[in-house]
Amino acid sequence: MLSVVTFLPLLVCAALLFLPRPLPDRVYLWTWIATAAADLALVVVVWAGFDTGGGMQYEQRVRWIPSAGVGYHVGVDGLSLPLVALTCLLFLAVAVYSLRESRRVRSYVCLFLFLQTVSTGLFVALDLILFFVFFDLSIVGMFFVIAGWGHGERARAAALKFFLYTFVGSLALLLGFIGLYLAADPHTFDITDLTRTNPLAGSGLYAGLVLLAIGVGLAVKTPTVPFHTWLPPAHTDAPAAGSAILAGVLLKMGTYGIVRIAMPLLPGSWRRYALAIVVVGVVSVVYGALVALAQTDVKRMIAYTSVNHMGYIVLAVGASGTLAGTDAQARSLAVTGAVTQMVSHGLITGALFLLTGVLYDRGGTNAMDAYSGLADRIPRFAAVTTVAAFAGFGIPGFSGFIAEFQIFTGSLASRPAATAVAVTGILITAALFLTALRRMLLGAPRLPGTIPTGGVADLHRHEALPTVALLALALVIGILPRWLLDVIEPASSTLTGLVAR
Amino acid sequence: MNEDLTALIPELALLGAAVIGLLAGSWLPRRRQWVIAVLAAAACAAGLVATAVTEATTRERTVFSHAFAVDTATFVGRLVVLAVLLLVIGMSVESVRSHRRESEYWVLLLMTGAGTLALIGANDLLMLFAAYLLASIPAYALAGFAKDAPGTEAALKYYLMGALLGTVLLAGTALLYAAGHGTLYRDLKAALPAAPYGLVAVGLVAVLAGLLFKSGAVPAHFWVPDVTDGAPTPVAAYVTTLPKIGGLIAGYRLLHQALPGSDVNWPLLLAILAAATMTLGNLAAFFQTSVKRLLAYSTIGQVGYLLMALAVATRSDLAQQSLLFYLSAYAVTNLGAFAVVTQLPRARTLDDYRGLARRRPGLAAVLVVCLLGLVGTPPTGVFLGKLEIFSATIDGGYTWLAALAVANTVASLFYYLRWLAPLFTTDDVAPAATQAPQGRWAAATAYAAAALSVALGIAGQAVLTLADGPLVP
Repeated sequence: MLSVVTFLPLLVCAALLFLPRPLPDRVYLWTWIATAAADLALVVVVWAGFDTGGGMQYEQRVRWIPSAGVGYHVGVDGLSLPLVALTCLLFLAVAVYSLRESRRVRSYVCLFLFLQTVSTGLFVALDLILFFVFFDLSIVGMFFVIAGWGHGERARAAALKFFLYTFVGSLALLLGFIGLYLAADPHTFDITDLTRTNPLAGSGLYAGLVLLAIGVGLAVKTPTVPFHTWLPPAHTDAPAAGSAILAGVLLKMGTYGIVRIAMPLLPGSWRRYALAIVVVGVVSVVYGALVALAQTDVKRMIAYTSVNHMGYIVLAVGASGTLAGTDAQARSLAVTGAVTQMVSHGLITGALFLLTGVLYDRGGTNAMDAYSGLADRIPRFAAVTTVAAFAGFGIPGFSGFIAEFQIFTGSLASRPAATAVAVTGILITAALFLTALRRMLLGAPRLPGTIPTGGVADLHRHEALPTVALLALALVIGILPRWLLDVIEPASSTLTGLVAR
Repeated sequence: MNEDLTALIPELALLGAAVIGLLAGSWLPRRRQWVIAVLAAAACAAGLVATAVTEATTRERTVFSHAFAVDTATFVGRLVVLAVLLLVIGMSVESVRSHRRESEYWVLLLMTGAGTLALIGANDLLMLFAAYLLASIPAYALAGFAKDAPGTEAALKYYLMGALLGTVLLAGTALLYAAGHGTLYRDLKAALPAAPYGLVAVGLVAVLAGLLFKSGAVPAHFWVPDVTDGAPTPVAAYVTTLPKIGGLIAGYRLLHQALPGSDVNWPLLLAILAAATMTLGNLAAFFQTSVKRLLAYSTIGQVGYLLMALAVATRSDLAQQSLLFYLSAYAVTNLGAFAVVTQLPRARTLDDYRGLARRRPGLAAVLVVCLLGLVGTPPTGVFLGKLEIFSATIDGGYTWLAALAVANTVASLFYYLRWLAPLFTTDDVAPAATQAPQGRWAAATAYAAAALSVALGIAGQAVLTLADGPLVP
């Protein structure tokens, strides 16, 4: 079942590529929407059949390259299922949003279908090499999206930087995986086997180095300070759809790797270096928020708030590795908050990036100074953007609040100072979102000179539908979170149990 | 004494086809010389079948007074060499069709192929030297096949380096003979631990010099860029692939079979050579603008990774299968890139590839697969090879070398992307004439090589199973 969910987009992609005759652009786009919708429907079926207390489910394990200890092993639990669902939903949103795309449509659709397979595959992978394969291919796919459909020559430079940076990270990750592989007896890359045997228990420095390699690899992808410098240019120069996927799905790969690999496979080192991880998280929170405050480009600003939001997750997972002065319930709460934050950030930031895409489409720039009084001219756009911005800084009623509340409550007992510092991040993001809203939406109407005299068009249906849907889901999670938390909580308490052993 | 010729069918098939080709080529009219190409391909195919049959039916053994080993490394080496020869033949078809010396081309290719096979099986220092000559001398002639100025320079440079280091190899053989009172690896293995340290060390370094020349590794790499740039493209594909397979498997066999007990610290020597080779190759490739020179330096970098397996030859059980797998994956991936260059003979610089993706999407796809494959992006074969070789290196205690290899891999990504990025530009596209295709065979070879490269990554277990077995003493 999971293999079908994973490889359905790739199959469609292959079919589109090898069609003897090119089809009209609309056919490609509608095929993409249909595929993404079918995939989402499959995930809903998986979710409906998911037993919340049942641990790893829908498992499938096939021998692949046994001499190298590599197997094809997939499955979902409460940590991965929400992210799989998020991936499929975001890709559907992006597909609908791209309905008017006219540049090299076939390649565009195929790339996104490929990326969907890669992203879904990563979240269901239960083998380190399978995980790595998808991790690396996501970089390749996104490189071509940024280089091919980004904003001009600058986009190619940004794409190159993105590729080089995240590739360094992925290779560090590979070294760490090899370290785990060689420590296990018999040698294996299987995540469930490695979780069970815990091969690096009690091997101090070696385990620390493996954690360092894996940690750096995931930190680049997440990204946390000081490995975040690839993110702003990549986001600024990527097309809106690419930005939404990059922020919504690809960044989650780093944090998901932490909860799936770094914590359960290296529990001893995770506990020992928990303080360092917490510090990295808090620095990301505050630094990301402060730098975002200073931005004049909307897209760059949202990119830096991603660093801030990912910082909360790192803080939570670091705090859940601290046993002193806390109990299992608090640590589990922090992990639940972290996973909820991954989903929430995907929904809200995905919507925000799609909205900046609308802005760029109308005005040809993302500079804040270029716009003023938009609420007057394009009220629907202004309304949706306002809602998204409020959701973005975690106002109660939206998913971000639920997530951040759990993170702070779970972390407070063990890391009070760090949590206190991190809370200031919320204040700063609130300030920066409100400032941006005031500068662009309110005031005397002013638009860039590039806009034709006919006036500026408000949100079209294909733009409104995906953004409103994403925000609506964030609202549902914010008001009625139990259906999501019921799935995540058992998995979090299992994870905290694994870390504490 | 075992003189069972059936053990040597692939080698004899290539040599026999070469002799027949030489004789027949003297009488065939120029437009019918393609018959020799068919003969060459048939010889390779026969060799492949024979290898598969002997692999399935017979055990590992040595023939001719143990001078030639037929074991796991030989089996895999033969399969790779013969498959690579078929690909090289495929991409050469249009380049030499109806050439004045077409039959000579095929004959030389067969001879040097046979020499490479002999290098792979050599289990004796004198056999190693004979194989070195058989593999090298036809290759010098091939490098100058076009008889133009760059080709002549390439051939001369190749020949001078080869002759010099061949002599050094022979001198090393003499020193090891003096130290170990024998040239068979099994005799050396027994005698060398008790032999004078200096004699063994100098002898080993001298023998390795010859093998490093074949592999194109530092410090014997100077010929690689000039020959790759000056020789016809299919020949460049050949010299950057086949001799490496021969040289590295021969080196592995020598180190693993003759020197496991010696107190000479050759693992460290090879680790340093590997580090120098990969770093130099990758750094030198950075700002190349000619695609052939870029590929030449990239192959030097790749040899650096391969030498890592030699450094841990006796220190990790993973060394042998990682070496053999990486060699096979590297060979097909490298040939795929060269096949694209063959197919676009007028596109010489990176700029000439601007906009290729729109004009020839198939070839651009092959380049993406092969160049990203050479970086080690999954799911291509080289990724699995790198995974294995890094594992072997860390397992053998050279974690610093693996870390350096990782840093080098990142560096290599930069210059491969310098080639890949122009493919997708839509503005300022190179004129159509520079991207004129050569013909169907070169394109087919490119597609086949790219498909093989991906297949090796996804179904790599098949080769890994073959590569996992003992060497015979």
